[in-house]
Amino acid sequence: MLSSSITSLTVLLIVVFLFKEGIGLFNQKPVEPGYVIAINKNNKVKELSSVQLKNIYDQKITHWSEVGGTHDSIVLFQLEDISNYYSDEQIGDNMQNLGTCLSRLVDSLPNIIAFFPDKYLDKKFQGTLLEVDKVSLADFFAGKEWIPSAKPSAQLGVLPLILGTLWVSLGAILLALPLGLAAAVYMSEIANERVRRIMKPLIELLAGIPSVVYGFFGLVIIVPLIQKTFDLPVGETGLAGSIVLGIMALPTIITISEDAMRNTPRAMKEASLALGASRWQTIYKVIIPYSISGISAGAILGIGRAIGETMAVLMVTGNAAVIPHTILAPVRTIPATIAAELGETSNGGLHYKALFALGCILFLITLFINLTVEFISNRQKHNKN
Amino acid sequence: MINEIKITKRKKRNQAIAFWIFRLLSYSIVAILFIILSFIVYKGASVINWGFITKMPEEGMTKGGIYPAIIGTLCLVAGSMVFAFPVGVLAAIYMNEYVKDGIAKKIIKQMTNNLAGIPSIVFGLFGMSLFVNKLHFGDSILAGSLTLGLLALPVVIRTTEEALKAVDNTFRQASLGLGASKWQTTSKVVLPIAFPNIITGLILSIGRVSGETAPILFTVAAYFLPKLPTSIFDQAMALPYHLYVISTSGTNIEESRPIAYGTALVLIIIVLIANLLANGLRKYFGKKVKMN
Repeated sequence: MLSSSITSLTVLLIVVFLFKEGIGLFNQKPVEPGYVIAINKNNKVKELSSVQLKNIYDQKITHWSEVGGTHDSIVLFQLEDISNYYSDEQIGDNMQNLGTCLSRLVDSLPNIIAFFPDKYLDKKFQGTLLEVDKVSLADFFAGKEWIPSAKPSAQLGVLPLILGTLWVSLGAILLALPLGLAAAVYMSEIANERVRRIMKPLIELLAGIPSVVYGFFGLVIIVPLIQKTFDLPVGETGLAGSIVLGIMALPTIITISEDAMRNTPRAMKEASLALGASRWQTIYKVIIPYSISGISAGAILGIGRAIGETMAVLMVTGNAAVIPHTILAPVRTIPATIAAELGETSNGGLHYKALFALGCILFLITLFINLTVEFISNRQKHNKN
Repeated sequence: MINEIKITKRKKRNQAIAFWIFRLLSYSIVAILFIILSFIVYKGASVINWGFITKMPEEGMTKGGIYPAIIGTLCLVAGSMVFAFPVGVLAAIYMNEYVKDGIAKKIIKQMTNNLAGIPSIVFGLFGMSLFVNKLHFGDSILAGSLTLGLLALPVVIRTTEEALKAVDNTFRQASLGLGASKWQTTSKVVLPIAFPNIITGLILSIGRVSGETAPILFTVAAYFLPKLPTSIFDQAMALPYHLYVISTSGTNIEESRPIAYGTALVLIIIVLIANLLANGLRKYFGKKVKMN
């Protein structure tokens, strides 16, 4: 009894652990803990969003008016810049006067924005500490930049990652579907038993090759090939990812659609043949329409496999977290991001939680795909009865 | 009349063209498989020798062997199977022999399907947060084995269920009719008949587990560890992770390429052996059961 419910238990545990950490993200501020952002006390601006902060420090926003303040240009300040304003003697040998210096500096420059550790925050600090919004759902899902290590404020927009994942998976399925479908038709309807008996284990073998080996193959063969063919600076592109994932999705598509086609009732096929249709006409007028739900189940599961695939994609797509515009640019997918970045995060930190939130997204996507397939195959059974 | 002949001819021609296209596409898939395999065999065969599989890595992993990675993978496979095999087989027996069709069975089935569909990197995240952090196993063989075991669970359950379903109901009825209890029937009649197919499932899941990388990234794998693990709480190297690091982030990617080819070949050989063994067993026992 216990052992049979272990799968349910595991799924529940996965949900609990993933979502506990993932949802925790939205309780956190994107500014690194232990740091504060201060402005002059006369500045009208009281709040800045994470994106605004980043743009200010990237000097894309240069005037306070752009964020609701006066028409003055913004003076950026980070702790390293302190030597431009105060000499070493003024700060003191052990930085004991740093707090007072910072306080005086923020007070004296009306247009300053200062980013420094809160341990240097003077008790009588003469300035306003800016409120930074917590990470919001909108920032997370609609944010166009994924730079979790950005300072002063981490950019956690998953849009480029989601688009990257869909882009690569879609490419993969476009490559794999015609090939896989052709093979399924060939194996179930055209080939004789002997060819089938050879091909079936080969397809199984294709499914058994570890993803890291596919990734390695892609890295040493497909990536240089793409680089040479399209004359690119780097061959690690979305296209390389699509090709590798396409090969990996083939066995799923073939096995499931072949099963569906073989389940076509013999009476139907024979009726079609008896009416004078050729075998080819029977295939595309009777067998494919009959098994279309099975075929689409195979295609959807293939997409699911492509979306969740980690290692192969990580090795061949170049991992640039930007919104892809062509298939010949590096992209980064959700699983690859988790795999590449989780090692460098601190346990329980903002970045760590953000990666768990990515895991939640991935989990929900694959769950949705599984339920869709379930729905399709249930309807198929229903139709048959 | 002439028209009809024309139509028949066109029909035949269309069919011939279509069949040729399909045949070509299917063979191209087989060709892809052979290109991948032969490329890795060709490049890796010259690297693999006795020293390669029994020596420690040397000189920043550009020379020497992959012994600790092989041992690490063996430990992980053994550990995950010790967990997943009994649990999975028991689960399948319970599901197939004891639970009546109904809502409970449906839910359990659905959950097993869902578990099978979860991407391996999510298992990695889960394993890290539960086994490594929450239960304080640290990066260890134990944490890695359990994570891999959970990943293999749906495979084991499914193949065992298939095996049990394939046992003809007359066997069960005969046994029950002779006065055997339900458990006696299951353990003395059903299981022995289903056993070969169950073992096939076990072998296939070994093939799968030995190649998985994403779940062990954060639960066990060590970048470079030139010693063998001594307890289940040790970190270990593993073949797939080793291949990943030396082909992407090693200190000297060009010089460690031969080692990478060799490692890829060893991985492929493991998968090949698992597949051949499974197929062979299926055929061998298939004949035997029929003869009875």
